[in-house]
Amino acid sequence: MGVPGTTAAGGAGVLSVPRPVTARTRPARQPAVEISHLRKTYGAVVAVDDVSFAVAEGEIFGVLGPNGAGKTTTVECAIGLRSPDSGTARLLGLDPQTDGDEVHEIVGVQLQTSALPGKLRVGEILDMYRSFYREPADVGELVEVLGLAGKRGDCYKSLSGGQKQRLSVALALIGRPQIAVLDEMTTGLDPGARRDAWELIEGVRDRGVTILLVTHFMEEAERLCDRVALIDHGRVAALGTPAGLAAQAQGGKSVRFQPSAPFDDRLLTGLPEVTRVEHAGQHVVVTGTGELVNVVVLSLAAAGVTAQDVQLDSSNLEDAFVRLTGRHLDKEGASA
Amino acid sequence: MSSLTLPRPSPARRAAFSKILLNEARLTWRMPVGLIGAIAIPMVLLIIFGELPAMQIRSPEFGGLTGFDVYVPILAVFGVALIALWGLPGPLVSYREQGILRRLSTTPVPRSWLLGAQVAIQLCLALTAFLLVIVVSITAFGAPVPKNPGGLALSFLLSAAGLFPLGLLIAATARTTTGASVIGRLTFFPLMFFTGLWLPQAIMPPVLHTISDYTPLGAAVQAIQASMLQGFPPVRPLLVLVAYPLVFGYLARRLFRWE
Repeated sequence: MGVPGTTAAGGAGVLSVPRPVTARTRPARQPAVEISHLRKTYGAVVAVDDVSFAVAEGEIFGVLGPNGAGKTTTVECAIGLRSPDSGTARLLGLDPQTDGDEVHEIVGVQLQTSALPGKLRVGEILDMYRSFYREPADVGELVEVLGLAGKRGDCYKSLSGGQKQRLSVALALIGRPQIAVLDEMTTGLDPGARRDAWELIEGVRDRGVTILLVTHFMEEAERLCDRVALIDHGRVAALGTPAGLAAQAQGGKSVRFQPSAPFDDRLLTGLPEVTRVEHAGQHVVVTGTGELVNVVVLSLAAAGVTAQDVQLDSSNLEDAFVRLTGRHLDKEGASA
Repeated sequence: MSSLTLPRPSPARRAAFSKILLNEARLTWRMPVGLIGAIAIPMVLLIIFGELPAMQIRSPEFGGLTGFDVYVPILAVFGVALIALWGLPGPLVSYREQGILRRLSTTPVPRSWLLGAQVAIQLCLALTAFLLVIVVSITAFGAPVPKNPGGLALSFLLSAAGLFPLGLLIAATARTTTGASVIGRLTFFPLMFFTGLWLPQAIMPPVLHTISDYTPLGAAVQAIQASMLQGFPPVRPLLVLVAYPLVFGYLARRLFRWE
């Protein structure tokens, strides 16, 4: 009843979204994900204070923030795993609290903390999850795309961290979702596997899937996301494109160099272009505006000091985050 | 939006339950600890009791029955109880611990189906353990064929119905797999005591005998013994067995946590 007779077992592309059903459930054009004034507390702890954002269809949207910022709780409320204290979440217009069945049909989820039975084989798990959905993807194609083709006969517990992660992504995509929610999907992966995962996500988006990506990796958000929401203390600290946020927060540039001899900071702080001078080991970092590099190098040269190893740091998302929250996102970011 | 009629789960979704069932069966088969305990332990005891000459003597204390006659129903419920109190809660608690139930609740399939599949599989195992004891006692040791097979079947069903909700209650309240295992053991041994495993009901002091009458396993043994040797089981043990699932089932439903 009400189900199209096309049980396309891989007839269409494995990850594509051939769902005329949405035309019925979605009368007008609307955001794929819409979160409004979401609030969730656990006892006295406010996990999510007030979070709002909207994700357009086909977008890769990053929910970015340090651990404990409220990212996961936000996403759990969005997919109906938790009920918010106040505020609403809508997925293609559907309320996960009341339309749970339909939401679970169109939203594929990869959870941060969930395992699978260790003694089940990859093929058995995929086969089971496939049966949960109306129009599932073809398992053969899916394992091919995710590089698990040779692993179908292997037990879950014998998989490497990266393979487990890829299987988890496979399960998120097996129902050919319109929205994929991926929570910290590259945490624990080595850099090579992480880059593979990024390519995979871009591939999935290219097939029309909207992606809500939860991450605390700056590099990941900069590389993948069309837009990001920076979440801090349960609130949206900033929202925009990674480049836009970086530019907006920076308001200047910085020059990093190694002086050939010690010099008095006042030599530089007195210049109109310079706003700040910091020492980092043998290096000096000067922040400011305008023709910063020229001004700094010339002033030093006038005092008989040569600036060696000069680097002009352009701002990035990490800078934006530090500016907005006064904190670093993660250790890798902190060293940058 | 709420006025929109959304497409209901397709009939194909029903195939999902059989897939879950199949995978749960595979897991049970690949981790056969509970299976071995519930089937092998009563079988070993049955063979020992069957070979012991002292067990074959009719005793006036047992109302003219042999010790072996008395032990067959006890060993028959042994496996059922072990599966209900140990075999059933273990996987359910570990699924909750590992986030498997949580993962399932993000799919269109109700997570209760996993619970249902576990109950179905453990019920099959319990029936196997139960039947094996009875069949081997008849074929290998010449025990009498059950007088009232219908009463025996009813006794089994009510015993399982009484014990499984208790297992679910353990799964509902235990926070960790280890906790479930400890609670299971702490429940299993006292309940087995009242079956007469160590001290047959017939020679229990009156107080213990009365307590035994109202424990699920004590009532189960009485119903099974009556069906095997006399005829349709008496009403009291059946009523006792009916009462337990109502209480434990209600509590398990109220207390069960999915996360």
